[in-house]
Amino acid sequence: MLRSDVLVVGSGAAGMYAAIAAARAGSNVLLVDRSLIGRGGATVMAQMTVAVAVGEEEPDHWEHHLADTLKAGRGLCDADLSQLLCEDGPACIREMDEWGVGWARRDGHMAQVHAPGHDRKRCVYVDFLNTGPAVSKTLRARVQRTPEIQRVGDLVVTELAIRDGMCVGAHAVHTPTGASVPIAAKATILATGGLTRLYARNSASINMGGDGYALALRAGAELIDMEFVQFFPIGHLAPRLVGMDPIMWDPFRYKLGGRLLNSEMKEFLPEEGRYISARDVATYGILKEVAAGRGSPHRGAWLSFQHCSEAVLREAFGPVIDRLAANGIDLTRQPIEVAPIAHYHMGGMRAGADMQTTVPHLFAAGEAVGGANGANRLSGNAITEALTFGRRAGERAAALAAKIPMPAIDPSSGFSSNRSKINPAAEIVRLQKLMNEHVGPLRTQGGLERALQEIRQMCGDLPAPRAGLDPEWMDLHDLRNMRLVAECVTRAALARTESRGAHQREDFPETSAAWERHQTIRV
Amino acid sequence: MGTPPDHPRLSARLKIRRGGSFESFEVPFEQGQTVLDGLRWIRAQRDPSLAIRFSCINANACKECMMRVDGKTVYACTTRLVPGEMRLEPLPNKKLIKDLVTEIAPPDERLR
Repeated sequence: MLRSDVLVVGSGAAGMYAAIAAARAGSNVLLVDRSLIGRGGATVMAQMTVAVAVGEEEPDHWEHHLADTLKAGRGLCDADLSQLLCEDGPACIREMDEWGVGWARRDGHMAQVHAPGHDRKRCVYVDFLNTGPAVSKTLRARVQRTPEIQRVGDLVVTELAIRDGMCVGAHAVHTPTGASVPIAAKATILATGGLTRLYARNSASINMGGDGYALALRAGAELIDMEFVQFFPIGHLAPRLVGMDPIMWDPFRYKLGGRLLNSEMKEFLPEEGRYISARDVATYGILKEVAAGRGSPHRGAWLSFQHCSEAVLREAFGPVIDRLAANGIDLTRQPIEVAPIAHYHMGGMRAGADMQTTVPHLFAAGEAVGGANGANRLSGNAITEALTFGRRAGERAAALAAKIPMPAIDPSSGFSSNRSKINPAAEIVRLQKLMNEHVGPLRTQGGLERALQEIRQMCGDLPAPRAGLDPEWMDLHDLRNMRLVAECVTRAALARTESRGAHQREDFPETSAAWERHQTIRV
Repeated sequence: MGTPPDHPRLSARLKIRRGGSFESFEVPFEQGQTVLDGLRWIRAQRDPSLAIRFSCINANACKECMMRVDGKTVYACTTRLVPGEMRLEPLPNKKLIKDLVTEIAPPDERLR
C-alpha cells in the first residue's frame, strides 16, 4: 500500500508540473507513470512550438491569445479554461525559462514565430525540433530535485478508488512483477494525456490510449466533447522515416513556408507557399484531394521545400538535415508525402477552472481535460495547456489535501475471473484500423454505426495479471480502456449531426447554430 | 505507412533470445521498416506473449527500446530490418525482466 497527500498519474508536462506545484504548496506527492518517469507521454514527442503571449517578438497580451483560441475553437471553447491557458501561460513559460529550458533567442529576447490561426508572432520553441524533449528534461530535473515528490515508474493505474462518491486514491499494478498496489491519496490528479493511440495513423506514444478517460468514466466522472479528435494535416507519410516524429514538418513550415501540392503539383489550399491554413481546414482539404483522385502515391499530399537552398535548410534546421539525409531524403531535390494523422484530443474530462472533475477530490490536468480548445485546437496551445493546467491542478489538489485526513481504501481491485483467448495485440490493431477508417476526420452515419457495432463486440474484460511481466495482460488492459473510449468518441460523433472543426460529417456538412453546445458522457 | 505498388516484399528471420534459448520468427517487411516494426508485427500476428518495451514507437524520443541486435547495442526503433537473420537479445548489463525487457528505470524511480 502506498500513501500520499497528492497522487499524480502520468508524468508528461502536465503531471510533472502538477507534482512540482503540489509539493511547493506543502503536499507530499506520489508521481506514477506506466512508463519511465518523464519519458513516455506526449510531451517528450512534441517537436513544435508553444503559444504564449509573452510579447517578446512584438507587443502582445493574453487577451489576444484568448481571442484567437476562442475563434479556432469554433464556438465550443469553455472560456474559463481557455482563459486559464492564455492568462497563466506567460508565467509558466517564464518559470520554465528560469529552470533552463532554453527557449530559442534572437537579439537577446525569446524568438517567437507566427503559427496558423494566431494574429501575431506568438510561438516560442527550442531548436532544433527539441521543444518537447527540452520541456520534459527540464521538468524531470525539477521533479528529481524536489524531495517531497516520490517517483514510481512501471506502475499502471487500473482503477480509481471511490468511497462515498469521492476519489480516495487508485488501484495500480506494478508491471514487472504483476503485483497489485493500492494507493491511498487525499487528492488524485489524472494527467494521462489524450486518446490518439485509438487511430492507426497517430503521432502518439503507446501510452495515449485514453487511460484517464476510461478511469474517470468508470469512477462516475463526466467526459465532454469526446467527438473532437484533432488530426494534424501534414503528418509524415512517405518515404519511411525513422527516429523522427511524424509531426516534424510543422516547424519546417513555420520557418520555411513550403508548398502543399496535389498529384498535379498544384496548390489546393489558398496558401501561396505560406503556412496559414487552420488544421481542420487543411486536413479536410488533403482528404478531399485524395478522394478526387488527386492525392500523392500513398494517398496524401506532396509537401515541397524545393524552393529552399541547402544553406537555408541548414541554417533553419542544422543537424536535422543530416538526419533526413541518413533517411535518404534531400529536400532540395524532392518533395515528401504527408497526410492527416491523429494528433490531439480536444475533449476529455469535464473540469472547472480549479481542475476538479465532477467527482470530488479527482482532478485532471493537460490534454486529459476537455473544453479549453473547443472543436479545434490552435497550434501551440497543447504544451501551454499542459503547463498551466498542471500548475493549477497541483496547487488546488494541495490546498484540498491540507484540509482533509488520509482516507482508507479497500485493498482489493476487482479483476474479472475469465481470461479471454483472443490475441489482444491483434485486437488493438483491428480497433485502430476501424477508428481510422470510420471515426477519423471524415465521418458518416453508416460508417459510425458500423464502427460502434464492432467496438461493442470487442473484449472489455480485465483479468488479474500473471506473476512477472505479462505483456498480454498489458494489452488486455489497453484494449479494455481503448474500447471504452472508442465507444465514447463514436457515440458522440454519431449524435452530432453537423460539421464543426475537427468533427466533419459528410452527411451533415453544414455547421448548425443549434449544435453550438457540448455533449457530455457519464455512466 | 502505405506500400508503394511496385515494392517487393522482403523477409527477415528474427532470432530472439527468450530466457535460456532463442526462438526464431519469419517477419515479412517493406524496405525501410524497423526492428521495432518487426517485433510489433510478431506480437500482433504470431505471439502476443513476447515481451518488448517501447513507448514513443518511432520518434526515438523515449529511449526505452534499447536492445542488442547482432551483438551491438541499438534502438529497435531506428534499426532497419534487413533480409536474412538478425539476432535480438536483451541488454546484457541490466537485470533481465522477460525476453527483451530489462530493468532500465533509475533505481530511485522503482517501486520500493
